[in-house]
Amino acid sequence: MNKKGNTVFFKNAPCVTSFAAVCGSKESAGIIGGYADITLQDDMYGESTYEKAECKMLSTAISIAIEKGGYTESDIDLLLSGDLLNQIISASFAARDFNFPFLGVYSACSTMSESMLLGAMMVNAGYVQKIVAATGSHFASAERQYRYPLELGCTRPPQSQWTVTGAGGCVISNEKRGIKIVNGTMGKVCDYGVTDVNNMGAAMAPAAADTIMQHFKDTDTCADDYDLILTGDLGALGSRILKDLTWEKGYDISEKHVDCGEIIYKVIEKEFQGGSGAGCSATVLNSYVFTKMQSGAYRRVLFAATGALLSTVSSGQGESIPCISHAVQLEV
Amino acid sequence: MGSEMLEIALQFLKAFAVGGGICLLAQIIINFTDLTAGKILVYFMLAGVVLTAVGVYQPLVDFGGAGATVPISGFGYLLAQGAIKGAEKGFFSAITGSLTAASAGVTAAVVFAFIMALIFKSRTKRN
Amino acid sequence: MTGKTRDNYNENYLNYVKTQDPPTQHFKNCASAFGVGGLICCIGQFIRYMFEFAGLSGDELAGATSIVLIFLGCFLTGLGVYDRIGRYAGAGSIVPITGFANSVTSPAIEFKTEGWIYGMAAKMFTVAGAIIVFGVFSGVLVGLIYFIL
Repeated sequence: MNKKGNTVFFKNAPCVTSFAAVCGSKESAGIIGGYADITLQDDMYGESTYEKAECKMLSTAISIAIEKGGYTESDIDLLLSGDLLNQIISASFAARDFNFPFLGVYSACSTMSESMLLGAMMVNAGYVQKIVAATGSHFASAERQYRYPLELGCTRPPQSQWTVTGAGGCVISNEKRGIKIVNGTMGKVCDYGVTDVNNMGAAMAPAAADTIMQHFKDTDTCADDYDLILTGDLGALGSRILKDLTWEKGYDISEKHVDCGEIIYKVIEKEFQGGSGAGCSATVLNSYVFTKMQSGAYRRVLFAATGALLSTVSSGQGESIPCISHAVQLEV
Repeated sequence: MGSEMLEIALQFLKAFAVGGGICLLAQIIINFTDLTAGKILVYFMLAGVVLTAVGVYQPLVDFGGAGATVPISGFGYLLAQGAIKGAEKGFFSAITGSLTAASAGVTAAVVFAFIMALIFKSRTKRN
Repeated sequence: MTGKTRDNYNENYLNYVKTQDPPTQHFKNCASAFGVGGLICCIGQFIRYMFEFAGLSGDELAGATSIVLIFLGCFLTGLGVYDRIGRYAGAGSIVPITGFANSVTSPAIEFKTEGWIYGMAAKMFTVAGAIIVFGVFSGVLVGLIYFIL
């Protein structure tokens, strides 16, 4: 059976054979500091603009992932990547550094799971043998594009999140080694009418709930079957809402649920909800979580990153925030 | 001399109270409504214009001094005063009076912002 | 669960989200808004007294005071200090005229990476432009009304 509901099953078990993460200075002070491949002291990474720094982080993460897997550039068939900037310039310009084809994808902060899902589908089908799935974000470039100039003296409301400065990528291959991707659930756009751009957690939680519960239904599993149910960047508030939404429908995920945004920063101040951004789930997954899976600490993980599919134009026109969540099931 | 010092000290206190009060009002509005800072600034400035036009803001300026002129409502006060004085001179001055009065502030903002952009670079944040 | 229609507002969910909101520290941020706003106005009062002592009066006095305050706002923005004040003070740093200076300087510094004309200069008033537009418009209305009456 190839597909049930919205979940696709990978009979040929494509595997994550290597992974890498680059993270900024604030992130390296937290839990992933000891697991990331490169931790930056200076978030400019030696570049003249934030956008160039973001691009360099992504490019570096891709290179290191390829190297760690024992591959050369010519072994890789395809790059699947995207980011938060308009026209996904970080991913496109990072792809410029490599000699393999590039298919750009976008689902905001869900880009990591979307690119893994698509990559696994392609490898499983045999169209390609080795692909790289990667994404990243940068606090300063996201702030400039979505919110305010950095030096503006504005307050952040307590529901807001901090965009992660970091990039992560992995190689998905048809080799039978590494972490298996057994199936993936394609997300539907969910919009419950949240218009507050500072409250992304509340906007994205319904999408995460929808995809996770769809996954349970399609795979005939429940929370207890997993060691970890990992969401991308719901933050503290969004995580609470997610647990309530799934509880309402009869699923109790509270024991197994962890949100990358909640754990990435050392201190969750009363002033913000944790990390966000495409780089949030990418860095946590491609450093901490995969390392723990390799050592056997987690054997079965459901990774469901969430993304808010808005733009400054749509929110300026009074639209609400549609969100999406794609999921992949990982096993060792 | 002593009473002059006292008067100056009192004026500082009044400026603190009035200025702080206007900012406090804005903060309460930010907390209890979903109005953003940008909208509040425009509304406060318009309030300054309207209150000056009906003659209510001048007593506040006389009492609070800088406490009433430094906040953005004071900018509205400046604009309205300029327009009113201009209206006394004639039709053309009635139209140009407000921006003329505000010219010092707008010029300063443009020039200094330009200079700062020449000198300083943008900096990312830690928290 | 999907929004197939444009008006997909889920009342129940939105009400529920409101109950989950983390508490705003009302007293703390009102107190700091009051304190910092009052302080900046006192600094303005001090500058005004200095210029008065130097012999200025009337329009020049008001103009000179606001020029110095705007300079301070721009300078602190350039140094990267004003945004830190703003995080703490909220309305206390937004409402005074130094906040206006900050809102003009910060995009100017930020967007110079996109060039001097289309970046820095064109984007300088992205935040504060509304104030100029509505200020001029309302000023003209007041002038016309006073002229007619």
